[in-house]
Amino acid sequence: MGINQSGFDAGEQSERLARVAADPRYQALVARRSRFTWMLTGVMLAVFFGYILLIAFNKALLAQPIGGGTTSLGIPIGLGVILVGIALTGVYVRRANSDFDPMVRSIREDLEK
Amino acid sequence: MTRFMTPRVGLFLFVLILPTMALADALTGQAEQQATNWPAILMFGAFVVATLGITRWAAGRTKNVSDFYTAGGGITGFQNGLAIAGDYMSAASFLGISAQIFSDGYDGLIYSTGFLVGWPIILFLLAERLRNLGRFTFADVASFRFAQTPVRIFAAFSTLAVVIFYLIAQMVGAGQLIKLLFGLPYGYAVVIVGVLMTCYVLFGGMIATTWVQIIKAVLLLGCATFMALAVLWNFGFSPDALFARAVQVKTDLAAAAGAAPAEAAERGRSIMGPGNFIKDPISAISFGMALMFGTAGLPHILMRFFTVPDAKAARKSVLWATGWIGYFYLLTFIIGFGAIVLVGTNPAFLDPVAGGLRGGGNMAAIHLADAIGGNLFLGFVCAVAFATILAVVAGLTLAGASAVSHDLYASVVRKGQATSEEELRVSRRTVFVLAIIAIFLGIIFEQQNVAFMVSLAFALAASGNFPVLLLSVLWPGCTTRGIVIGGTVGVVLALILTILSPAIWVSVFGNAEPIFPFSSPTIFSMPLAFFTIWLVSTLDRSGRAAVDRGGYLEQRVRSETGIGAAQASAH
Repeated sequence: MGINQSGFDAGEQSERLARVAADPRYQALVARRSRFTWMLTGVMLAVFFGYILLIAFNKALLAQPIGGGTTSLGIPIGLGVILVGIALTGVYVRRANSDFDPMVRSIREDLEK
Repeated sequence: MTRFMTPRVGLFLFVLILPTMALADALTGQAEQQATNWPAILMFGAFVVATLGITRWAAGRTKNVSDFYTAGGGITGFQNGLAIAGDYMSAASFLGISAQIFSDGYDGLIYSTGFLVGWPIILFLLAERLRNLGRFTFADVASFRFAQTPVRIFAAFSTLAVVIFYLIAQMVGAGQLIKLLFGLPYGYAVVIVGVLMTCYVLFGGMIATTWVQIIKAVLLLGCATFMALAVLWNFGFSPDALFARAVQVKTDLAAAAGAAPAEAAERGRSIMGPGNFIKDPISAISFGMALMFGTAGLPHILMRFFTVPDAKAARKSVLWATGWIGYFYLLTFIIGFGAIVLVGTNPAFLDPVAGGLRGGGNMAAIHLADAIGGNLFLGFVCAVAFATILAVVAGLTLAGASAVSHDLYASVVRKGQATSEEELRVSRRTVFVLAIIAIFLGIIFEQQNVAFMVSLAFALAASGNFPVLLLSVLWPGCTTRGIVIGGTVGVVLALILTILSPAIWVSVFGNAEPIFPFSSPTIFSMPLAFFTIWLVSTLDRSGRAAVDRGGYLEQRVRSETGIGAAQASAH
């Protein structure tokens, strides 16, 4: 039982959703989007837990100074993890706006016909 | 109508609390109170007046449950992004992270990264699906194709557990902060937070809560930007010069404490790399998991995705939030190092008797404000820190209230037959009750170290809400029984292991050795929750299980396309 505010009764709504599920464009959308999101998730997990493991097993490496100054290697790496997080978010939003949204729109438009 | 109730309710609350306050005063032996800080009080007063004005305006627009819980879905992606950032940039992260950098240097950055990386995960796996499937609470999503009663009961209790632990930490933080900053007694401070938060939520609902959050986020970002720029300006905008000076300061301090030159140099240098914060690899990974996945299970954060009109806006709000939060952590890093140099060397900020900072370790950023901008800017930063706690507490309370009124009352008790007015009434009463509980617990826990409570809240969210939500949305084979048993196992195990861990078993109960040696339970409790959900669902042969599995296809279509999703209400 979900919340249904679409103005269709449950049977009609169910029939509409089944029609979409059978639509090859929908199947392509789901396949593409889930491949993309799991890939991004994998990158984020690898980057973050790679960082955590580096801290756990090689603290000395992160403490090493870079460029002849005081700044240690750990600082660009740590800030880099934050920047990767923001960048991946941006990558997803861009792809979703330009790619997934039009696919969803065309499926929905055909459904309303 | 609701507006006329304000003074009465406020008075009632105050009268109720008075005896408790006297009790708290009697208990407070060490009460280290500062002189009354008038600029801070005036600026905080201005903030309160402005936010109460917003609440009054919002009260006029809060007509039904949808307005109350989710601002009618009428918040834009940008606004929601700021509000999410506001929810997330709590006083604990502003004061706590800068304080940690002040004392240990680099370790503070590990916290920051862990807090940030949960956001991309939320975006990739949950944000849009939440918006497409849910309406008011994350239980709408978790129970979408399942038997309503058991799933909602589980979700409501796990929400309340997370909310209450988080709330205690915020209330205690608020009380201590205000005692120090404004020179008010602890009990008054906790009551002021409780009463103001009740006003925002009770009368203004999600509309007021969101705008309070947005204003506070802008003030906090502005304030932190100014502080970071002022610190960098002192070093010709060279971070390396700042770091070099900080290492020098720490080296001198170690030498003054009697360390040999070589050892002093090494101690000074230690702030540039990871130190004792992460002790063993298991604790490190476990802690990282709690931060990363806990974010995706915090009810007051999840609720924010229902305040926007559609999936596209939900997506946009995560991008804005991640950007602002990342920027904020960059600033706290600079602020923390700035404090080492500008605060750590100034005797005016140091406690001559106990050593360390006047007013406790968490005051590094506050003293830095004084060092940079004098008393007036100090007052401003104090007011912003207080406003921060107030806004976060309001968001938490609203999430807790919606769990009781929407999940327990409307869905379980009334089986979905409650009218909007009835649900709203229960919601408002719950806000009131939660406020009293928060004030009461805030006073009881005054003397306790509550830092672990935030990590406990994250561990519970990562071990209960997160696995339940993820599998209910993504795994066709998931069943009601699997969700309820698996989620409960995760939450209970996280709770038990936390009690047996060093933070409670040794620090609070005073035992010599912890039974559970690691600092965070998540590496065990979260996988066990996933495994239990999988195992119980797979073995589930009940009639209900067939219905649950059969409902997946429709749920998936709606979650992917938004067809049939709840619409924003017209204003």
